[in-house]
Amino acid sequence: MLSRVANRVYWMARYLERAENTARLVNVNTHLLLDLPKKIRLGWEPILDITSLRDYFYELYEEVDERNVIRFMVSDTRNPDSILGSLNMARENSRTIRDIIPREAWEQVNTLYLTSKTHSRSAVTQRHRYDYLRSVILGVQTISGMLAGTMTHDEAYEFLRMGRNLERADMTTRIIDVRSASLLPDMPEELTPFANIQWVSVLKSLTAYQMYRRKIRQRIRRADVLAFLLQEEHFPRSFYHTLCQVNACLDNLPRNGKIMQLIAQLQKKLLRANLEKFNQDKLHDFIDELQLGVIKINDTISKNYF
Amino acid sequence: MAIRWGSYKVKNLYDELLRATGRPRPAAQALCSYLRTLKDKEIEEYKVAAESAIHVMGITFTVYTEEEGSIDRAWPFDIIPRIIDKQEWLTVEQGLKQRVQALNLFIDDLYHQQKIVKDGIFPAVLLEDSKNFRPECVGVNPPLGIWAHICGSDLVRDKDGTFYVLEDNLRVPSGVSYMLENRLVMKRLFSEMFEQYNILPVDDYPSQLYDTLAALSPRPGDQPEIVVLTPGIYNSAYFEHAYLAQQMGAELVEGGDLTVDDNNIVYMRTIEGLTRVDVIYRRIDDLFLDPEVFNPDSLLGVPGLMRAWKAGKVALANAPGAGVADDKVVYAFVPEIIKYYLDQDAIIPNVPTYKCINKPERQYVIDHIDEMVVKPANESGGYGMLIGPQASKKEREKFIRLIRRDPRNYVAQPMLTLSTAPTLVDNHVEPRHLDLRPFILSGEQINVTMGGLTRVALRKGSTVVNSSQGGGSKDTWIVDMEAT
Repeated sequence: MLSRVANRVYWMARYLERAENTARLVNVNTHLLLDLPKKIRLGWEPILDITSLRDYFYELYEEVDERNVIRFMVSDTRNPDSILGSLNMARENSRTIRDIIPREAWEQVNTLYLTSKTHSRSAVTQRHRYDYLRSVILGVQTISGMLAGTMTHDEAYEFLRMGRNLERADMTTRIIDVRSASLLPDMPEELTPFANIQWVSVLKSLTAYQMYRRKIRQRIRRADVLAFLLQEEHFPRSFYHTLCQVNACLDNLPRNGKIMQLIAQLQKKLLRANLEKFNQDKLHDFIDELQLGVIKINDTISKNYF
Repeated sequence: MAIRWGSYKVKNLYDELLRATGRPRPAAQALCSYLRTLKDKEIEEYKVAAESAIHVMGITFTVYTEEEGSIDRAWPFDIIPRIIDKQEWLTVEQGLKQRVQALNLFIDDLYHQQKIVKDGIFPAVLLEDSKNFRPECVGVNPPLGIWAHICGSDLVRDKDGTFYVLEDNLRVPSGVSYMLENRLVMKRLFSEMFEQYNILPVDDYPSQLYDTLAALSPRPGDQPEIVVLTPGIYNSAYFEHAYLAQQMGAELVEGGDLTVDDNNIVYMRTIEGLTRVDVIYRRIDDLFLDPEVFNPDSLLGVPGLMRAWKAGKVALANAPGAGVADDKVVYAFVPEIIKYYLDQDAIIPNVPTYKCINKPERQYVIDHIDEMVVKPANESGGYGMLIGPQASKKEREKFIRLIRRDPRNYVAQPMLTLSTAPTLVDNHVEPRHLDLRPFILSGEQINVTMGGLTRVALRKGSTVVNSSQGGGSKDTWIVDMEAT
């Protein structure tokens, strides 16, 4: 297949996944803030940190309040990583590869962008936000389902899955990194119940809560959550799982030797880590290493195939 | 009842569905009865369904004057089809085949011995001035001797219903995807009519196109690697490029995807490395094809493509230089061209055309400019035309000056009264003018689409049907009444 096309399939998938992840993130933060006592001022800043968009935000807005952050993360197309920006990029990428993806899927990408654009204002009010974000999440899921069910699982599909999984890997590490920073052991005694809520919110940001519960039946513990989100083999948003997926994709592609080697190294490092013993600094450094690993995999894929 | 044929008047012109008496033509009878039974609400539903189908499918058309950033615009589609009886169509089909065959012989001759010039049929001066004659193509022998593999000829009907050829498009004619899509939408909406009528199918176009292209491969025997070369997503016909590539199972490539090596072999860049390309259906103009030979600033083309083509290592469709036969001055000579190469009279007449290069004809045009449509030789899409009867005095004077300054570049035709067909306006029908663009594929054999793309001028009284100037389209039904 054409290198350019592989490149666009890959990025279409990444942007779709990004739109979905952002929708989940905003949704969970909205709920979390409603549950926390007013004196814990988590606010909306962590969202900007998770997505590394803090600096860019301040170029466009003055105040970090709910309204501004929502606008910035949902409908402001000056921010290419906003939901609408991501959907637009997904649409632009898929528009150029309409000969590759099934027509229903293109129609769905097109419709999702158009309807999300039409209704984007409704995300600002809390009352309509949930419905809006849910329709984005469902829309992306529908596209994934259509692609899985109607697109030939050939090389193009492998690039699609690689894009999706690397984007997931990226988001999982970002959420853990930022959320755990504000969930420190030095939290005053009286607030510990809320630590629990926050770990739950981390799980929920990744739709991992229910699956976590099925696997680990004790009360929520930091080390268990980390292990589940990073090292679990079968949960689709766990970091390890996404690496396994990318690896399986590469297995069906030509000239894969070097990248598979990179992945194997990263997997080894990941599984060897004893998360129980990591304090916050160490965790942060470790996550940094994982993120660098993802970036390196992405760059090597680009260089090799695009 | 929303559509009342009683209030639809046919006056001094040919209507595609109704006679002057107001009664439907035989082939249109069933359709007209069916439309009459539709209630306002149903018509509204049809319209909405057609619009949303088009919107969702992303059939869009770029209009150059539209604001930056909005590259999409829905291509208006009228749900009332145009009907032509198969018996009548067969003659048109013969005429188109004859025409394209002669034009291909003409192009091949121009790039070789130029017998038609030596024999005094075609003036040498026109060739010297031609903007679309490519000296780079002289002496090249494209496979099968064919230059224009894909041709789109525009037909119109005059008052009495006679079909005329208005122009031939031999470079990169577009619109065939709209023909295919329109049919798809109509099958969804009017399935009852498709059961009742025997409507000849158009869906085999992509496979015929594939066969036409495959026959050009420089490596016969192997499965050829065919690609569609597009200028990219900002081109107005990008939708069509993607659509045809998809329908043929060919790669859709941009200039940057291709590269030519020192042995004149064309490759595309793939995830496996470089893969050889045999046939290129190119949808970019000659002058952008190859920066080594033509416009050196072109980023759309592929450096070295012309040498690969000349060496016979890759086939290009249409061949570079084919456009020499589609300017509006050459058009005026087509009846003579058919006579010269095939020794036949043209089956479909040309619109009478005055060549401003001839002094008496020029004077006639200038004297009668308020009755004429004046066209520059090398513009397409309705740009740079003068429609005499509708133009202001100032515009007419401007064109007289233009003609005097560069007579070779202009031809003029009497204003035809184009045929009309009932078209939905709000919830009732009104007559709107239209034309027809069939597509002709030339390879080992010649194939003509069953019908083609009907373009309709949606503004009342307007005769400009170009999609770039507010036109729309209709589905075209060639119906076999004997089998119905």
